[in-house]
Amino acid sequence: MNTLIAIIGLGVLCLLFEIFDARKAIIPIAVIGLLAILGLDISEYNAAPAFYYNNMIVVGKYSTTFSALFIILTIFLVSLGHKFYENRPTKLSDFIAIKIFLLAGAVAMVSFGNLAMFFLGIEVLSIALYVLASSNRTSIKSNEAGLKYFLMGSFASGIILFGICLIYGAMGTFDITEISELSRSAELPIWFPIGIVLLFIGMLFKIAAVPFHFWAPDVYEGSPSLTTALMSTLAKVVAIATLYKLVKTMNADISPSFQLVIVIVSIASMTVGNIMALRQINVKRMLAFSGISHAGFMLMTLLSTAKSSGTLLYYTSAYALAGIAAFSVILYVCKTRENEDITNFHGLGKNNPLMAAVLTASLLSMAGIPIFGGFFAKLFLFTQTIQAGFIALVIVAVINSIISVGYYFKLILAMYTKEPNEAKIPASKVYLAVAIIAIALNIAMGLCPSFVLDLL
Amino acid sequence: MTNILNEIGIENYIFLSVILFCIGVFGVLYRRNAIIVFMSIEIMLNAVNLLFVAFSTYHQDAQGQVFVFFSMAVAAAEVAVGLAILVSIFRNLGSIDINNLKNLKG
Repeated sequence: MNTLIAIIGLGVLCLLFEIFDARKAIIPIAVIGLLAILGLDISEYNAAPAFYYNNMIVVGKYSTTFSALFIILTIFLVSLGHKFYENRPTKLSDFIAIKIFLLAGAVAMVSFGNLAMFFLGIEVLSIALYVLASSNRTSIKSNEAGLKYFLMGSFASGIILFGICLIYGAMGTFDITEISELSRSAELPIWFPIGIVLLFIGMLFKIAAVPFHFWAPDVYEGSPSLTTALMSTLAKVVAIATLYKLVKTMNADISPSFQLVIVIVSIASMTVGNIMALRQINVKRMLAFSGISHAGFMLMTLLSTAKSSGTLLYYTSAYALAGIAAFSVILYVCKTRENEDITNFHGLGKNNPLMAAVLTASLLSMAGIPIFGGFFAKLFLFTQTIQAGFIALVIVAVINSIISVGYYFKLILAMYTKEPNEAKIPASKVYLAVAIIAIALNIAMGLCPSFVLDLL
Repeated sequence: MTNILNEIGIENYIFLSVILFCIGVFGVLYRRNAIIVFMSIEIMLNAVNLLFVAFSTYHQDAQGQVFVFFSMAVAAAEVAVGLAILVSIFRNLGSIDINNLKNLKG
């Protein structure tokens, strides 16, 4: 609860700094403030679960650990803004403040105890993302991405709202613990399962799982690169963590038919994402499809909700940290370029070996090669799913991991085997620092996996 | 209030809301003018608001009505952002037809 209030306070502070003409201090203050908030959040980790405002917000282990992950990701994204927005200094405070308010929505989404809070959180997050997606307003691509994201996002919000409404109609309450107790009783109106299904569909839109993924590649490609980094790491992790919490708390006993739906959606997301990614030449589009396939992997945790929250935390952190590292290299390479095509990466291994090494490491982590976090994430996920009894799903998932190596290596080969087609670009300290810290955290997770896994 | 609800029945409110919601969904899917798409999204949200109020009376519980205030405020904020995006598209393209937005493909 204190975390949420502190985040909102920091966002307002960023806007005030612009008024008092202290533009240079915005990013340092935001980063220091976020580090302090991270400390505040961790201090609440060991406390007993606390309920605030008639159960509107529930602070427990699940919400504090995931909030800590979101805050770490936001620190990286805010620091990347230092270089990315250097041509638009007058808008800096707006961008940083919007990102911090987005974090407030994200924290509200994982610590909700009431569907009203959940809806407000998801809307705060989405509206901030619509603004960020179309923030490059002179570029028609960014406009188009913003409009597409807005239309799909508010369509999904409408579906989620209708789902919440039907659940309320069946139960007469918005409180998730009461809903969970009432859902065990025998006689339920037909509206309740319909409401759950609508809520689930709306959340699948938000995490971009097949068959509700069609907006993602266009939006990822058109948005400014830093916003794409935010969407593919922070926004995806927030949505999947929230969906997990909803499924876990609201229907305690998952029915076999619901499990079948999850298996089908998961297989479809992995396969479609990976196969479409093979033929992409734009790196941002490729990572969008890779994100769709990772959403399929993350959905597998929903099959054994009783004990898989640690695995979900591990998988999301490994994926998001690798994503941050990859995107900071992409930001560096494509800063002066028109587009993000794979040809821009030719010869990066010669021009800037360190950046190329970081990008290679993050792609290997996403593909699931040992010592990186991504390998252990997949290992734990597959073990858990086999224990839950879904061997066929795991076989498909392993085949998909092998397919995914194909397009990750396409980019790696382009960096090391092709000749550079342009002169060397001067390195940027911020991008390099963020990339190295993110990939170091990822490798650290791979070296001692039990630390993250045992948090939940 | 309960008398009216007893006479009409909660089912009819649900049917009305579902029909309005579907009108909104089909508007989003089939209309090509961005403003009309926005209006269709508003119809979807307002159909839900209507159902919230009906359920609130059905359960004799004020929470549903309070939720409507939240959802109206959120819808207003959402449309403000949407119209701002639309204005910048109109400045760049000179039209708000969704069919003109085909730069992103692959």
